[in-house]
Amino acid sequence: MSDARAHILARIRLATGDRAPADDTPRPPIPAPDATPGDPDLLAERIADYAATVTRVDDPAAIPDVIAAILARHQATRIAIPADLDHALRPPGVELIADDPPLDHDAIAGADGVLTACALAIARTGTIVLDHTAGQGRRALTLLPDLHVCVIRTHQVVDDVPDAIAGLLGATTPITLVSGPSATSDIELDRVEGVHGPRRLEAVLAP
Amino acid sequence: MTATKFQVLAPAELAKAQQRRNLRTATTTIRAKRAAVVAEVEDWEALREQGARIKDEALANLDVHLERLEASVTAAGGTVHWARDAAQANAIVARLTREAGSDEVIKVKSMATDEIGLNEALAAQGITAHETDLAELIVQLAGDRPSHILVPAIHRNRVEIRDLFREKLGEPDLSSEPAELTAAARRHLRRRFLSVGVGVSGANFACADTGTVAVVESEGNGRMCTTLPHTLITVMGIEKVLPRFADLGAMLRLLPRSSTGERMNPYTSLWTGVTPGDGPQAFHLILLDNGRTATLADPVGRDALRCIRCSACLNVCPVYERAGGHAYTSTYPGPIGAILAPQLAELEDHTSLPWASSLCGACYEVCPVKIDIPTILVHLRGRVVDETGDAPRVERLAMRAAAAVFASRRRYEAAQAARRLTRLAPLRPWTRFRELPDPPRQTFREWWADR
Repeated sequence: MSDARAHILARIRLATGDRAPADDTPRPPIPAPDATPGDPDLLAERIADYAATVTRVDDPAAIPDVIAAILARHQATRIAIPADLDHALRPPGVELIADDPPLDHDAIAGADGVLTACALAIARTGTIVLDHTAGQGRRALTLLPDLHVCVIRTHQVVDDVPDAIAGLLGATTPITLVSGPSATSDIELDRVEGVHGPRRLEAVLAP
Repeated sequence: MTATKFQVLAPAELAKAQQRRNLRTATTTIRAKRAAVVAEVEDWEALREQGARIKDEALANLDVHLERLEASVTAAGGTVHWARDAAQANAIVARLTREAGSDEVIKVKSMATDEIGLNEALAAQGITAHETDLAELIVQLAGDRPSHILVPAIHRNRVEIRDLFREKLGEPDLSSEPAELTAAARRHLRRRFLSVGVGVSGANFACADTGTVAVVESEGNGRMCTTLPHTLITVMGIEKVLPRFADLGAMLRLLPRSSTGERMNPYTSLWTGVTPGDGPQAFHLILLDNGRTATLADPVGRDALRCIRCSACLNVCPVYERAGGHAYTSTYPGPIGAILAPQLAELEDHTSLPWASSLCGACYEVCPVKIDIPTILVHLRGRVVDETGDAPRVERLAMRAAAAVFASRRRYEAAQAARRLTRLAPLRPWTRFRELPDPPRQTFREWWADR
């Protein structure tokens, strides 16, 4: 359909003939490359607003036990993890299924939950940002299980969406922004938490 | 195809009591939610300004940005296709689906694919399209039409949906609890997500500099459709391009707060071409014109192309709230539909839509990209009269008579005198709903002559 391409581009040039040429257009300010740090307290409050659970941890050494307690609360014993998940995050007493060699979709869906790190978190919107690199696994891993436990470090918290986007400039991997568990309001605008993605989201916020 | 006039369809829609109740509840709820989260943003007006500027910049040099987008997507391992109209776009999707060895696709809710009638076109080719958004699923199972951009099944209540699911999903014991109905949809769709090899999506944004495509959603069906199939086909209106990845910062602040009234929607997926070992290994981006270049050629009407499909204008519109989406006869209902439909399709097919408004201006006030909808409505009314001659007949006659009266002093003074004698009969449709001021006992001209 290369004729369609030429046709559309020609029509655009004809239609915008009255406009300024490309190089003269004023550009909106580009966010500063250093993302503004965000307030972890605000983040915790905003994540909780989405019917997700936030657990604050003061001592990073306590993270594995905190995660083990969360998993026990959900009676989750078989947990999918990215193969490169930091060993300092891995909880004791549960079966960890590493995505290496890659699990098939049924195996991921069959896990009781998934445990990952994140790339960034946005305080003002209560959003967890996954860029699916270190410790976060590929997209399917955090999509198919019913429970997602995600560890956020306080130094990863940025203030607002543009700060996160600035922090992601140059990324070539897929990116997923997660704000609470999946939800729908399609029936009489009655909000139902949990549709196709993980129905429960547990955030662990630690230094 | 000439659509039935809004003024003909609206009375029947107005008579649907259940639909009016649903719409009133829905629009009132979303309005309040939106107002609360917008009030939280101190620089909201500056943000709207920025959103409008970003879209204007993209539209001013649309050719440059589209060519850049094509290069970026191609460099990242995707394939870009161009489609002048619905037929071309549908044919490309059908061909790619067959080449991927599939006779079914799973779909993310998308206005662009609704606009081109993709599901019907695929069905004609023997390909089944499964809608996966809950509301779109309801609409599809019911053989119905969407009535709202964001919540397409808003005209249906829980009992209607329960009956539909009992019959079509084979779950005879369902209650009408939304949570239970949602769980039934989850069970129904999960097998499809895991087995269908081709996903079809629209795009909320696509960044020219990086080739990154964004889909904003709530249920996780968007993530499923853009992650699990081996082939992903995205149909995108050419006006969705953003110059830079960094522009997402402003747009992702504007869209969820304006749309669902949330600080952020549950899931936003961004992908750039193909990523080895993660998600679809074949990605096709179809750039769709279908009336957009014609819209771009109208210096006033082109601002409608800034639209990011948030539906805030529907929720504040007194006409939409009462008449509902089906009266608009287009994929795009409400105030934005009244200016988009006549421009994307042929003007003569939608001559009534520019009049489906009281011009109160509420839509302009909430628009996150500052589209001056009332001005465009008035502009399109002018175009309808000039280009199609299809203006309301009484109005045309009245205007012609007024022109004759104003052209002569004698006729004008005679008309002023006559005005005192009677309430003019042809004005009845107007005065049925409006007060006509009482004429003064003496006109200025009479006072001047007598003085």
